[in-house]
Amino acid sequence: MTTRKTLPVVVMALAVLVLWYLGAVWLNAPTATDALNRAGHGWTTADLIRATLAMKRPILPTPDQVALDLYNSLTGYPVTSIRNLLYHTGVTAGAALAGFGMGVALGVALAAGIVQARTLESSLLPWVIASQTVPILAIAPMIVVILGNLGFTGLLPKAIIAMYLCFFPITIGMVKGLRSADPLTLDLMRTYSAGTAQTFRLLRLPASLPYLFTSLKIAVAASVVGAIVAELPTGGQAGLGARLLSGSYYGQTVQIWSALVMAALLSVTLVAVVGLAERALVPGGRGGAR
Amino acid sequence: MPAAQPAPLTLVPPAADAAPRTIVDVRNLTLTYQTTDQPVYALSDVSLSISKGDFISLIGPSGCGKTTLMRVVADLEQPTSGEVTVNGMTPEQARLKRAYGYVFQAPALYPWRTVERNVMLPLEIMGLPRAERQQRAREQLDLVGLSGFERKFPWQLSGGMQQRVSIARALAFNPDLLLMDEPFGALDEITRDHLNLQLTRLWLGTRKTCIFVTHSIAEAVFLSTRIVVMSPRPGRILDVIDCDRDLPRERTLDIRESPEFQRIAHRVREGLMEGHSYDD
Repeated sequence: MTTRKTLPVVVMALAVLVLWYLGAVWLNAPTATDALNRAGHGWTTADLIRATLAMKRPILPTPDQVALDLYNSLTGYPVTSIRNLLYHTGVTAGAALAGFGMGVALGVALAAGIVQARTLESSLLPWVIASQTVPILAIAPMIVVILGNLGFTGLLPKAIIAMYLCFFPITIGMVKGLRSADPLTLDLMRTYSAGTAQTFRLLRLPASLPYLFTSLKIAVAASVVGAIVAELPTGGQAGLGARLLSGSYYGQTVQIWSALVMAALLSVTLVAVVGLAERALVPGGRGGAR
Repeated sequence: MPAAQPAPLTLVPPAADAAPRTIVDVRNLTLTYQTTDQPVYALSDVSLSISKGDFISLIGPSGCGKTTLMRVVADLEQPTSGEVTVNGMTPEQARLKRAYGYVFQAPALYPWRTVERNVMLPLEIMGLPRAERQQRAREQLDLVGLSGFERKFPWQLSGGMQQRVSIARALAFNPDLLLMDEPFGALDEITRDHLNLQLTRLWLGTRKTCIFVTHSIAEAVFLSTRIVVMSPRPGRILDVIDCDRDLPRERTLDIRESPEFQRIAHRVREGLMEGHSYDD
């Protein structure tokens, strides 16, 4: 029974690893050929492949190089050290979660407003959508500079950029969710002469939860992206974004890939936590909409 | 909220009603929907008076306005013209005072609430204390034969059981008037017979005034004190049949074999045939 579950996972992971190694050989081959030619003596294909998989500054590092770098970084230094990748992950996660929290509050508030007041749908929603057409890479440095001028540095500018990315899926999902209640159940609330607030709290909100959690999963992953993007223009003191930036300054591709893998692990973990919260908070596991 | 404190449910013996009080009074009711091409006459000049303790069935083909009529009484639709009073009030006042319980075609239970908490929903809206909410919910679930299912979720119940939960929910705040819109329409015949029997017992025990919308002639004759036969285009009342004279108030399923039952059923069918043009 467990093999049926684990087999596809293992096969998929192996396929990714094989493709990764093939890609490393292919991409690193030109540089490696140059180096072997310059060394003067003759070389075989096996020499070339061995060289492509063990380069100091490869175009594409191999999985084992990344894993070794991750291992060294995580175990070689205390967690509080700027050389430990976990420290940077923590900095990014803090900004992402702060932004996520703000994004949830903003997204839910906007959705509640849009659902309760029809006029907001035509007046507010276009701005919400327009906000997402602005490339985050273009607007992030401006937010950092403006907030820096106002005296806000560190976590807040990054959190705001993360919020900017993650409120949108929450607003859209919540608007749909808050409207997902069956017309019959809305009539029912009317026969009880329930007020708007009661209908919202007892019907619309619980009916929206399955939609909310779908949005939250998208949003929490987006908040990590937002936090990393925000770290790129801040000058690179700490955070996964700063690691990516310094890695690309010094051609440390292995360091870049370690940071990327950590970012992916962080996102996966956060999405999984949201999934656990969903299982705990949506009773029956059947969702609100029938 | 004065209406928020209804009297506890008591069983009134089926005594001879001295002077039947009018609970629902409908006079010259017309309701027209404006569609883009032409107006739809959902109800045309409908008048009907319903006394306390009556069990009225509205029967007729689709589009005859039987559901619309009930929704007007419930203040879920606005009439174009005509007068409606419920307990001497306008439908809106009656709704705000929670004068009626409404059972929809679908159970419309909240899937994130347990059976018990579904029945407690109207009581929660009325602001009753938690202990009383629970006690009343248990009483009502017992009345519809669902003791022991309090902690189940709606999707764990069969369709008939779900509809019984929705009846318990409508009865939970003890309204005088019960409005039921084809509550058993989606159920199989055996379940339907069983629930009809339960409903007639419930009605005899509680002496609620009931308005019941149905497609089924047998169901209408079995349950009702009076049957209102309606016809479409425009929605109007064709015939009002008094069943109380020929059939006893207390009824069992066997009664459906009796000649009286057959005669009333025949008259209902005649009325339906007359009002329905089968050419479209």
